[in-house]
Order: sequence, then structure tokens, then C-alpha cells
Amino acid sequence: MKKHRPFWALWGGPIVMGVLTTTGLLTALVSDTWGDWWSWVALGIPVGVMGWYGRPRAPVPTPPAKAPRASAAL
Amino acid sequence: MLSPTALRRWSWTHKWSSLVCTVFMMLLCITGLPLIFHHEIGHLLGTEVEAPAMPANTPRASLDQVLATAQALHPERVVQFASHAEDDDNVWFVTLTPTPAPTDDFRSVAVDARTAQVLAQPRFDEGFMYVMFKLHVDLFAGLPGKLFLGFMGLLLLVAIVTGVVLYAPFMRKLAFGEVRRDRSTRVKWLDLHNLLGIVTLVWAFVVGGTGMINTWADLLIKYWQYDQLSVLLKPYEGQPIVPAAERGPLQQALEAAQAQAPGTKLSFIAFPGTAFSSPHHNTFFLRGNEPLTSRLLKPVLVDARTAQVTAAPQLPWYLTALLVSQPLHFGDYGGMPMKILWALLDVATIVVLGSGLYLWLCKGMQAASPATPTVGSATAHLAGGALPTSGAARSTEGAA
Repeated sequence: MKKHRPFWALWGGPIVMGVLTTTGLLTALVSDTWGDWWSWVALGIPVGVMGWYGRPRAPVPTPPAKAPRASAAL
Repeated sequence: MLSPTALRRWSWTHKWSSLVCTVFMMLLCITGLPLIFHHEIGHLLGTEVEAPAMPANTPRASLDQVLATAQALHPERVVQFASHAEDDDNVWFVTLTPTPAPTDDFRSVAVDARTAQVLAQPRFDEGFMYVMFKLHVDLFAGLPGKLFLGFMGLLLLVAIVTGVVLYAPFMRKLAFGEVRRDRSTRVKWLDLHNLLGIVTLVWAFVVGGTGMINTWADLLIKYWQYDQLSVLLKPYEGQPIVPAAERGPLQQALEAAQAQAPGTKLSFIAFPGTAFSSPHHNTFFLRGNEPLTSRLLKPVLVDARTAQVTAAPQLPWYLTALLVSQPLHFGDYGGMPMKILWALLDVATIVVLGSGLYLWLCKGMQAASPATPTVGSATAHLAGGALPTSGAARSTEGAA
């Protein structure tokens, strides 16, 4: 119960998003060729990630195995 | 791991820093959206001034002629600034005001740089885009409005940092990007808030931080005049603003300034007595040709009487920081794809703000309803009991 999730499982996604955004913001400042291209990729991926995970879809029903545990805790 | 007390403090800070700034941040995000595309909107509305096509080697009119043309339309006003159009140096924009002091009462005249004929008299101080711009920059309240919005920006930065700290306890049992749609609407929006918040983190921090820096622009320029220009201006002490009749030829001054820094382009000229110059100088702000140096300005002070260069001081670090922060705020340095991404990130930020407000309102409603069991933890308080860390929180959610 008290066991922590490994660092990367929790922060891996946010760190990748942050590094991509940072490089994307910086490269376009210094170059109008490869810098712009990279900024489109590096800012485009986080936007795509938000679109993918946030896309509207029907709720997935909770797996039945989980239900007894929740009610047991109650 | 955060102790319960620490968690409560972080939650409190996150809640109040965001609640205070949310309404203003919404306003800034919404008004900022059309401003990203101000150039394109200008083209669409036909308010962009375009110079007629002429052979590339057409000789250019002297700057003195250009200013005389603009002055003739507004003989009662003084010229404060002259600059080239953003992407076309065949157009001069001349700004005329009642006095050299900063004011919102200005007239602009667009003059053809080759023929010195009037192209247009665009009104930059009215219309939809002007309202968006003023709401975004100073709420129509001048410097106090700017500084107020800058403080709201600071609160946003606090909300972002505290939000990152709170991300860990909320996400401990969730995979990155997981949105629980099988639970209540509130849980779904909590997960979306966390997802969009953590993904837009760096962008929002950079745009918020650079926006805050931009609100200090007026003060930084004043400080620069006091800090550096006052030394250069010692020999002129006690002299009034050079009267228009005693000023030397401007074309000669322009050429003298450009000779100081070969390979640069003119950004704008500030005339004597204005905020960006001294009472005794025409100050020419030159910019480089490289992607980065094109954002930096090199001021050259040219004596208004003699048209001789007085000094070309290095821009201090704080003005360099201000200038570099501008593209990072505007998103105008990576072509149209970047503008579109900027707009999408802006919309995502609006969703983060809106969902945060919604989650807070939900919590309030839940607290008011006696039928709902309350959970004692601080974080559960913040999120209305949707923290996926304990069985109790989960079951409360299930029961609701």
C-alpha cells in the first residue's frame, strides 16, 4: 500500500513532454530552417498526446475483478 | 512523499493562486488567441498596408521627405516614431502625437519609401483587434493595468509550480494520460485537468513568465534611460528638447547610424524627447539579420542638431532579456505551423483553467450537500475526494 511507484513510471511522461517543449521553443529561436522544423515536431507531439488521451470516447466499463475490492474497502 | 501538512499547504497555495488569477488568465488566453494571428487577420480585413510593386532598384525617397509627407497631414502634431512595416521595408509607418510624451492619442501615416507618397492612414487605435490588444496588455488601464496583469501572471506561475507538486499524489496509481471515464464527471475532469496541465506545463510557464516580463517593459526602458543614457547625456544637461526647426537632416543621421553597425536593418527611430530617446537625439534602433539577432536591438544615438553619432551603447542584459522574451510570448518565430500549435496550446490552457474552476465549484457543491460523505484528507478536499491513493477515496467516489 505504501510502496511508491518507480520514479520513471510517474514522471517519465511529464519529463519527455517537458524536454520536447523546451527544445521546440528554443530551436526555432536560433534557426529558421531545422530549428523551425524541430519546433513543429517537438511542440506537435505534446499537442497530439493531449488530443489522443483527451479524445472523447465512451467510458470503458471497470473490469469486474476490481469491483469487489472497492466494495470491500467500503 | 509529502506529509499531510505539506500536502495541505501545497493544496491551499494551488487553490488560491489559481482561483485569484483564473478569470484574468481566461481573459488573456481568449484575447491572446486572435492576437497570435493578428498579421493574418489584418490581411483578411484588408487593414494591412501594402506598397505597390516597383522594380527592386527603384531609388528610395529621403527620410526627410517621408516625414514631411506625414507631418503635412498632421501639422499640429509631432513625430514620435518611424518604423518599417514588419516584413516590407518599402513602407514607412510614421506615428504622430500631440506631444513627445507617451499617449494613447496617436495617428499613423503609412508612406511609400520610394515615392514619399501617402499609402494609407491606418487606425491602429480602434476596431476589434485594438480592443483585444488593449484587454490583453493593460485592460485599458495603462501602466497600473500592465503591472496588475503581471502580478496575475506571477500567480499563474505559482499555480503551475504547486500544480506540479500535487501531480504526484494524484497520479500515483494512474498511468500517464489515463482519464477515468467510467467514474463521475468530476473524476473525468480531474484527470483531464492533470493531463492537460502537466503536458502544457513548460509552454504555459514560458508564456506566462515572458508575459510577466513584458509587463515590465515600460519600467525597464525608464530604468535604462536612468541607468545608462543619463551618463551619455551629461554634456547636454539642462538643454530643452531640440526644436524641430533646429534639427539636422534625418537621412544623413540614418546613414550615420547604419554605418555604425553594418549588416543590420532598421527596426525603428525614436525622435527627440520620446520614451525611447533623449531630448537631444534621434535614436535609431537597428536589428541583426540572423534569427536570434533579428530580435535584438542595437540603439544608436545621433545628435538631433548635427546628425553626428553620439554613442552606440550596448543593450543592457535586462533589455536583452525583455527582447528575447517577446517571441517566446508571441509565438511568432516559427511560421504558421508554430502559430497553430500556439493556438492549440492556448486552447488547452483554457481547458486547464476551466476544469480547475469546475473542480473547485464541484467541491463547494459537494461540501454543501449533506448526503455526500466527506473525506478528511487535504488533497481529497481540493479534488472533492477523487484522490486515487486510498481505498476510502475510491469507495467514496464509487458511492457517489
